[in-house]
Amino acid sequence: MTIGMKTVSIKTIIASAAVAVGLMAAAPALASGGAAHPRSGGFSFDGPFGTYDQGQLQRGYKVYHEVCAACHSMNLMHYRNLGDAHGPFWNPKYPNPNDNPVVKALAKEIQIADIDSETGEAIQRDGTPADKFRNPYPNATAAAAGNGGAAPPDLSVMAKARHGGADYIYSLLSGYKDAPAGVTIRDGQHYNPYMAGDLTPFWTGDPKHVPPGGFIAMPPPLQNGQVTYDDGSPQTVDQYAKDVAAFIAWTSEPKMVERKQAGFGVIIFLLIFAGITYASYRRIWKGVAH
Amino acid sequence: MSDHESTYVPKTGVEKWLDTRLPIIRFGADYMSLPTPRNLNYWWTFGGILAICLMTQIITGIVLAMHYTPHVDLAFASVERIMRDVNGGWLIRYVHANGASMFFIAVYLHMLRGLYYGSYKAPREMIWIIGCVIFFLMIATAFLGYVLPWGQMSFWGAEVITNLIGAIPGVGEPILIWLRGGPAIDNATLNRFFSLHYLLPFAILGCVVLHLWALHAAGQNNPVGILIPKDRAKKDLLPFHPYFTVKDGFAIILFLILFAIFVFYQPNALGHADNYIPANPLQTPAHIVPEWYMLPFYAILRAIPDKFGGVVAMFAAIGVLFVLPWLDTSKVRSMRYRPTMRTFFIIFLVVGVGLGWCGGQLPDSPVIGSFKTFTLFDGDLNSYLWLTRLFTAYYFAFFFIIMPLVGLKETPLPIPATISEPVLTGADAAEQKG
Repeated sequence: MTIGMKTVSIKTIIASAAVAVGLMAAAPALASGGAAHPRSGGFSFDGPFGTYDQGQLQRGYKVYHEVCAACHSMNLMHYRNLGDAHGPFWNPKYPNPNDNPVVKALAKEIQIADIDSETGEAIQRDGTPADKFRNPYPNATAAAAGNGGAAPPDLSVMAKARHGGADYIYSLLSGYKDAPAGVTIRDGQHYNPYMAGDLTPFWTGDPKHVPPGGFIAMPPPLQNGQVTYDDGSPQTVDQYAKDVAAFIAWTSEPKMVERKQAGFGVIIFLLIFAGITYASYRRIWKGVAH
Repeated sequence: MSDHESTYVPKTGVEKWLDTRLPIIRFGADYMSLPTPRNLNYWWTFGGILAICLMTQIITGIVLAMHYTPHVDLAFASVERIMRDVNGGWLIRYVHANGASMFFIAVYLHMLRGLYYGSYKAPREMIWIIGCVIFFLMIATAFLGYVLPWGQMSFWGAEVITNLIGAIPGVGEPILIWLRGGPAIDNATLNRFFSLHYLLPFAILGCVVLHLWALHAAGQNNPVGILIPKDRAKKDLLPFHPYFTVKDGFAIILFLILFAIFVFYQPNALGHADNYIPANPLQTPAHIVPEWYMLPFYAILRAIPDKFGGVVAMFAAIGVLFVLPWLDTSKVRSMRYRPTMRTFFIIFLVVGVGLGWCGGQLPDSPVIGSFKTFTLFDGDLNSYLWLTRLFTAYYFAFFFIIMPLVGLKETPLPIPATISEPVLTGADAAEQKG
């Protein structure tokens, strides 16, 4: 019977562990269409100790500002955030990012729609660090009307709003291809293997081999040499896509570095605490049959 | 146990004064000295873990409510503002969001422990039934809470789940409008969901008090599953403190390590990316799925071809737990001594996980490869639809057929007369080490 007991308990443990693991595996198993698996951007912030690369975030902001911002809003971002800790223009000399001269200068370059506080008339004024990132369109209707009926999505939390995060953004932006022969492209659409979707209705070939990907309304936004880098980084679509994906990863999760650092301390503390508690458990139960 | 005599002696003047007026210190002291079966294993630590989960959710929730705005135009941004501009807000929100998942991991293990060791049987039916009420309230609270960030999955999840009520013949439609506060999910819905999400945790807390009261009255079950005879009490029972406070404490810390790994390193792994897209009533997501902890019930809902039938089956899957004490005909509590039932229990575990898996898949997708077998009624046999139906059938058969029949037919293994017997012969050792 002793042996019987042992088997039971091991079985129970394995089964229960399987429940827990199975339940946790269930969430990411919710696949999204037949898109190609994103390529890794090899980002500095991957992994439990990864942090943002400030140079990359600065380049990413430049790409966003010069290319993406023409159509995409970032409503959750303020210019002051650019000077936040671990942000692109963080400078420890300015703990209050509103004082950061780089941030001030970047904000000043932007014209912000406002109401004159004296006359109540609509005016354009220089931006300040307290302003939200300028929305390229006055309202959602204008954004939709200017883009074939669908407003370009806000990019603030885009890296959290898509499976694959920054890798997906990088892959999508640098992954535009000519549509495979046999795919009929709809008007105003572009083929991208990383875009979620189902091409079956537009595919004339073997129904068992529908190509991956889907249609996207955004034309390929990046061209080689389009944005000038002053730090010697290659001015290629691949590099631009990586940098802007890193920038969006930061805007999506600006507290990631604090989070990982705090987590390291918390887990070390809990491990020590667990060790001490286990030692007192052994001591209290010493000589007590159970 | 009910006949547990109070050993508390008030020492200071203040304690004596209080003890004759409100014996609250005595109450606490008695609970700490509660005689507890010495053979409880680590599966018994989930009660303490769940208490920690509930308090964590309530405390983080109260702080989040200070910064959250329940309005359809502002809710999404207010949640992200918590993540960005509120001091430590990212931590509070991620603890609360992942805390829900941790709460369900712990509650499922706690319930499975009760199922395996027969903790629902006489005289503990009320502990079990109150526990089922708590589980039901937890599901309701988690669902309401998931709607609050007003992302795509919040909105469409609310749409799908409230629509279920509309499936009730006749009265469904008026009830649906009453629940939503209008013909569609809108600001009125969000406001009442916020109000109820704040209310229900305190209902859970009240039920937890009843759960513990019933536990105090009937006494704890134990892995051997026998009632401890009065003359054995001294040998078989230990005071709760310090023996089980330290054991629970150790288990709680291990659980917090798992919790911390999710909060600090995988905070969004258990969620769905679509919920970071602001709710858009005009755009249905490609694939609407609930959170992982509701997937088994969602799978049962979709397994039934009729909508109202599906709703009935889903609620029945939870409802059956309430009558479990009367479906089990066995006189033996612990499945340690019920080898046949143990096999069916292990299959039940696999089926439960399987249902969760199926709930996250498209019903029409093939299970194995991409080949077609043949169409049975409304779906290919090689599809999640039919796998879900197979699992659903087992889920209900386990409670309504297997449990009553096996209890009558099986021959249990010999049961020890006291819990000390296996303790002293070392038969318990394997589980104790776990």
